[in-house]
Amino acid sequence: MGAPNELNLAALAKYSNDFLREVETHVEEGEWVKMCMQCGVCAGSCPFGPHWEHSPQKIFMMIRAGKREEVLSSESMWMCTSCYNCVVRCPRKLPITQIMHGLATYAHRLGLAPKMQPTRQWSLQFWDNCTRTGRVNELKLTLGLYFRDGLVAGLKKAWAMRAIGFGLLRAKRLNPFELLRGHECKDQAGIHRMLAKAYEIEARRLRLDKFKLQG
Amino acid sequence: MAKKEYAFYPGCSSQLRGSASNYLTSVNSMCQTLDIKMTQIPDWNCCGASIGYAGSGELARHVMNARNFALAETHLPGQDVVATCAACWLGARETKDKLDASSQLMAETNEALKEAGLHYKAQVGVRHMVEVLIEDIGYEGLAQPIVKPLEGLKIAGYVGCQTNRPFGIAGESFENPMYLDKLVETLGAEALTKYEQKVTCCGGALAFSEPEKSQKQIKDIVESAYDHKADLIVTPCPLCQANVEIYQSEINKRHGTKLDMPVAYYSQLMAVAYGAKPKAAGLDGHVIAPKKLQDIAVKVVPAKK
Ligand code: SF4
Ligand code: SF4
Ligand code: SF4
Ligand code: SF4
Repeated sequence: MGAPNELNLAALAKYSNDFLREVETHVEEGEWVKMCMQCGVCAGSCPFGPHWEHSPQKIFMMIRAGKREEVLSSESMWMCTSCYNCVVRCPRKLPITQIMHGLATYAHRLGLAPKMQPTRQWSLQFWDNCTRTGRVNELKLTLGLYFRDGLVAGLKKAWAMRAIGFGLLRAKRLNPFELLRGHECKDQAGIHRMLAKAYEIEARRLRLDKFKLQG
Repeated sequence: MAKKEYAFYPGCSSQLRGSASNYLTSVNSMCQTLDIKMTQIPDWNCCGASIGYAGSGELARHVMNARNFALAETHLPGQDVVATCAACWLGARETKDKLDASSQLMAETNEALKEAGLHYKAQVGVRHMVEVLIEDIGYEGLAQPIVKPLEGLKIAGYVGCQTNRPFGIAGESFENPMYLDKLVETLGAEALTKYEQKVTCCGGALAFSEPEKSQKQIKDIVESAYDHKADLIVTPCPLCQANVEIYQSEINKRHGTKLDMPVAYYSQLMAVAYGAKPKAAGLDGHVIAPKKLQDIAVKVVPAKK
């Protein structure tokens, strides 16, 4: 991931200069974007506000202005903490949180999302970890996050965080045996079949069916 | 009081030896006292929380939640699904509302569920444990079993985001929800109602991917509790609890602060007020020990006549 892919080329050809329509068709809750009245209320709502290069308000404006590259390769959507501050304040009731997640997901599917964006990696890892057995394995998840940049960086981070790890271990809140066998669902095969079907249906609905949505 | 029964969705963080296992311990103790029967949904699965979006997309996320609903409908008919984790509750509520509103999404969801031999009939209610306490039992009912009022404890009620927005608890405002303070007062402790960081986001799942940005949020949340002379922070959300408690030592290293503020769950306060010993109230599960709460928990109360 990271390099623009076939899906991106197909979308470019299809929507050449109508990015708003592309968003409405392929992004979760994208049909809401045109309802934004640019009041700016959401712009001051994000907990990581100073780190958003483009606030949600700006992103909606850029979508209408057709700034496709800029929006889809932006780090901003990945700064969303799902705090729902914006949603309860927006006078037009836009589901802003979902649109931010939806844009980020679409950018990721097209291969346009910043490759090293830590929240992108974390999001994928979380979903993968949770769907593999049906239950999140917290230890593997944490270790996976430390080691995503490679062995040396991972060891350094794990070392820097060791106080926290030992603290949790002592408080019986981290189970070292999860590394071997963690919590899991009994019907994992059923869950995997069910999810494969869900990806297939979503690809069909978004008319992206030639492409594998997962991964 | 008739026994109340619910289909329990504990969530992955509350599993045995998960990061919030002491939440589960205290919820069990509290429910026993209140005669609430929580039966785990057989073979329940994780929902992917708010953070799994880039991998899940839309439908797969709803399908994961709907699997739990279908299992609850089948095995625990007529019982509301009750979550203790704010993120589980929010995700499940969102799925329920979305499926109720769209027959297409509902049909697609059931097409996928069929692969696991399941069908969702759209009959479940989805609720947070706090709603059960406030709406089904009520503050008066919650006060009845108290044997040790939490006198002298000053408590900053940290509601956070996801039990508050976008759904929230019925009748509460988004800016200043009062239920946690009321609960604290019901238990005989002092609620610090002027605590400014009540609904501030701690960074949520981004505490892992964006630690510095989140720790800045957490620093504000803890320092404000100190400003109001709190003995401890209390919260209804397992991720808030973990984030706000665990990262204080990192913040101290980074900013030269001396944060050492205990963070407990509402259910731990209740368990202690109802006479639970420290272990049954999950008080052994902390990185920063809630000493004053432990002191109350070990006190022996004269037996009731
Ligand atoms: S608050 Fe709503 S209407 Fe206002 S700028 Fe943001 S999205 Fe647009
Ligand atoms: S939910 Fe996301 S977009 Fe909305 S205020 Fe929070 S961080 Fe900003
Ligand atoms: S929100 Fe988190 S704790 Fe709750 S089930 Fe989902 S993944 Fe697990
Ligand atoms: S305060 Fe933090 S952990 Fe709690 S609900 Fe909000 S984002 Fe989640």
